[in-house]
Amino acid sequence: MLEIQDLLNRLEAKLKHIIVERQLTNPLMIGIRTGGVWIAEQMHQRLNINEPLGLLDISFYRDDFSQIGVNPNVKPSQLPPHIEGRDIILIDDVFYTGRTIRAALNEIFDYGRPNQVVLAVLIERDGRQIPLCPDCVGASITLNADQRIKLTGPEPLAIHLQTIDAAA
Amino acid sequence: MTDNLQLNSEGKLKHFLSIEGLQKSLLTEILDVAESFVGIGDHQIKKVPLLRGKTIVNLFFENSTRTRTTFELAAKRLSADVLSMSISTSSTSKGESLLDTIRNLEAMFVDMFVVRHAISGAAHFIAQQTAPHISVINAGDGQHAHPTQAMLDMFTIRQIKKDFSNLRVAIIGDILHSRVARSQIQALNTLGAAEVRVIAPKTLLPAHVESLGVNVSHNLTAGLKDIDVIIMLRLQKERMSSALLPSESEYFKCFGLTEDKLKIAKPDAIVMHPGPINRGVEIDSKVADGPQSVILKQVSNGIAIRMAIMAMTMQKQGVM
Repeated sequence: MLEIQDLLNRLEAKLKHIIVERQLTNPLMIGIRTGGVWIAEQMHQRLNINEPLGLLDISFYRDDFSQIGVNPNVKPSQLPPHIEGRDIILIDDVFYTGRTIRAALNEIFDYGRPNQVVLAVLIERDGRQIPLCPDCVGASITLNADQRIKLTGPEPLAIHLQTIDAAA
Repeated sequence: MTDNLQLNSEGKLKHFLSIEGLQKSLLTEILDVAESFVGIGDHQIKKVPLLRGKTIVNLFFENSTRTRTTFELAAKRLSADVLSMSISTSSTSKGESLLDTIRNLEAMFVDMFVVRHAISGAAHFIAQQTAPHISVINAGDGQHAHPTQAMLDMFTIRQIKKDFSNLRVAIIGDILHSRVARSQIQALNTLGAAEVRVIAPKTLLPAHVESLGVNVSHNLTAGLKDIDVIIMLRLQKERMSSALLPSESEYFKCFGLTEDKLKIAKPDAIVMHPGPINRGVEIDSKVADGPQSVILKQVSNGIAIRMAIMAMTMQKQGVM
């Protein structure tokens, strides 16, 4: 079911469609670290976007800082200084609770006010906790509560379905 | 007074009081986290929401402009609410004890104290006495430590020189009275600098200074050979009156950093100074403002490093 190339192909097709439909002019593509960047690198290449890919690290915008603390592997976000008025394609690997996207949007808006933001994810799974949803998905799936999707990469890019230990 | 006070049960930073007792991995983590805060000054909104809703009190029992301002800006860029108090002009002058001042501020639901005090150990004392949910950062205590200054210096060095293992660093001037030098020596040795050299007249060196893990020179010309990083220390004017030195001009002649003396060090050596600088006393203006000087870079980096330390001490602690 989760064949990475199929998902990437489907996401690419949907992105091409939405770029026309929403009239995204000279879009800025931004990947969310870490998995989202890998997907974004693929899309960036497939869609022939000239401007360098933006990289977003949402560590400082997470809503669970008081529970998990500073991520010691945090890296600086790399976005162009002028986001004001831009059309943005935001890319992540898995859409789950929606909290990552909430954090990502807050960070992007601290760089300026974009014209529009389109959200594309490789996989959307059930379990949403925030009223946000992706515009383009490679696939939508339903999982058990103890199941997680994990992406490994960037070379080779692969998707794994994991069952987490409920006691942990 | 143990430095483990700085760490919680999981080995994470709870207070930041001294470089002593902190592992290389933790110091490196601070530098790495600070790296990601550097660019925030360029954003349209110069803030991240990490410490939103937290209250930080700067308790400055001793004057400071740079340190207090950068702590204040760091707290604000983390979205904390920050209050700066100069205590010498406040309750203590009415006879309130340090502990009573702390207890009163705790009662106002404060989450962090940033403390500068003329007495060594003041920040440790407050960390020991204060409520368990409160973090304490030492912004300079007596002649003991100034660990955030040392970390911002390490950050600046790493930014330019990348790696500590090949570096020869000279610290020049009043080592005896300098809490900055003490923290720098500990940080440089922990991070694995090839050599830390102190250069000063005998009267401005502590007894048995070698035991801190440094080489000693009393001659600036000889001491600067092969040096990659030059750290100048401020010569406090009051040292003249206490007969440790003959005169300012005499000091400048022997230990002041001039363009000619700078040429003795490696050609790509950088010049640092924790500020405030005394032009013409420990450093010539041409050097302070020259191409090898990174003094203002240090000031900018002070914000990022203090953001990192504040964020790391405020993360979830073992309690609850």
